[in-house]
Amino acid sequence: MAIVSDWSTGTVSGGEKITPTGRILRLDVPSWPGNLPGQHLDLRLTADDGYQAVRSYSIASYGPGTTVELAVDELPDGEVSPYLVEDVQPGDQLEVRGPIGNYFVWREQQTEPVQLIAGGSGIVPLVSIVRAHQASSSAAPFRMIYSVRAPEDAYYAAELDSYSGDRFSLEWVYTRTTPAGWARPAGRIDRAVIEASALPASDDPTVYVCGPTGFVEAVARILVDLGHDPGRVKTERFGGA
Amino acid sequence: MGVISRGFGSRRRESDPHLPPGQYLTEDFPVLSAGPTPAIDTADWSFTIVNETGDRTSWSWADMMAMPIDDIGTDIHCVTRWSKLGTHWRGVSLDHFFEKVKTSDAYTMVHSYGGYTTNVPLEDLLDGKAWIAFEFEGEPLDPEHGGPARLLVPHLYFWKSAKWVNGIRMHSNDDPGFWEQNGYNIYGDPWKEQRYW
Repeated sequence: MAIVSDWSTGTVSGGEKITPTGRILRLDVPSWPGNLPGQHLDLRLTADDGYQAVRSYSIASYGPGTTVELAVDELPDGEVSPYLVEDVQPGDQLEVRGPIGNYFVWREQQTEPVQLIAGGSGIVPLVSIVRAHQASSSAAPFRMIYSVRAPEDAYYAAELDSYSGDRFSLEWVYTRTTPAGWARPAGRIDRAVIEASALPASDDPTVYVCGPTGFVEAVARILVDLGHDPGRVKTERFGGA
Repeated sequence: MGVISRGFGSRRRESDPHLPPGQYLTEDFPVLSAGPTPAIDTADWSFTIVNETGDRTSWSWADMMAMPIDDIGTDIHCVTRWSKLGTHWRGVSLDHFFEKVKTSDAYTMVHSYGGYTTNVPLEDLLDGKAWIAFEFEGEPLDPEHGGPARLLVPHLYFWKSAKWVNGIRMHSNDDPGFWEQNGYNIYGDPWKEQRYW
């Protein structure tokens, strides 16, 4: 995938609040060229006096097609995310540019095992990777660890759970509140969780880690300590405004 | 002007003439890296410039500390659209390193511990435009921000300011580095919004 095109007009075709602070948004972008699993886009909003703001968002959808799915988490002091989560309605227009990024992606030709580790809304690019893997004939084993504060903060929970089977397994980590009867107490992802649930370094997996900076730093450090080749650990961090 | 997004703008931020187009101001310091943060002790750190004939010139941490150190006050701009204004760094100008290097190549490939690379024209590293930086706001540079030392090229998007820098290899052509192969602009001028291919 090469040249990033100019801005394209998208129309909000649907959206639903799925966590206390997060919303899935679907955009209809007639000129969308399709995207690889794991890519992101730039989204531009223009006020009626010409003022503009642009932010990057990971894409939960993948492949050909002109419907682009995003999942946006509202930052309390944000400028763009509160508008996308609280204000924008089907029929409203905005602009997108992309897809962007050829590094934090999964391609169907990859045959090696894959470990996915997500923190919070860092799940979005990993969802597109899991969806692509599920839809492919790839026999590569996939495992995911998904860390959220509480069960209600999880994006795509039912969908991800539904993929559990021979090719995909999912381990939940709850940092503040666990579901009733959950065996492991609430707490951050740590070495013990990764040793117990993640593919071992000896399987030589590609590992995709996405989440807030502190989360990614901690997880990546543990992975390297456990013997994973740093060159096989792909990270995407977010933070800031 | 783009299409109007109905109702957008009520939460707008202040604009600032020091912000390049498409950037917004941030007070914290986001971390963006493609992989794990390497742990590099200053005792093991070295910086090596390799010219077109294969000659290598290397500096240890102690060598670098013995060189003239600049205090740098500058704005920085990330391609992911955040900017920080008025940041303070300490580091050694690339001019001092290149005093010892014979080269007629016009381009550099900057290399980092961990394998990261980024290409920068040599003229963008000279004449007081770039440093090997090892302090940020009076503190040793955090590993997640590139410590113990990173390149600092504040007039370009910050992916050019390679973290965990350990060397420069001279190139006769402007060959793309890591992000330049993965979708980013070959040069990266924030004021011209040279973000992507």
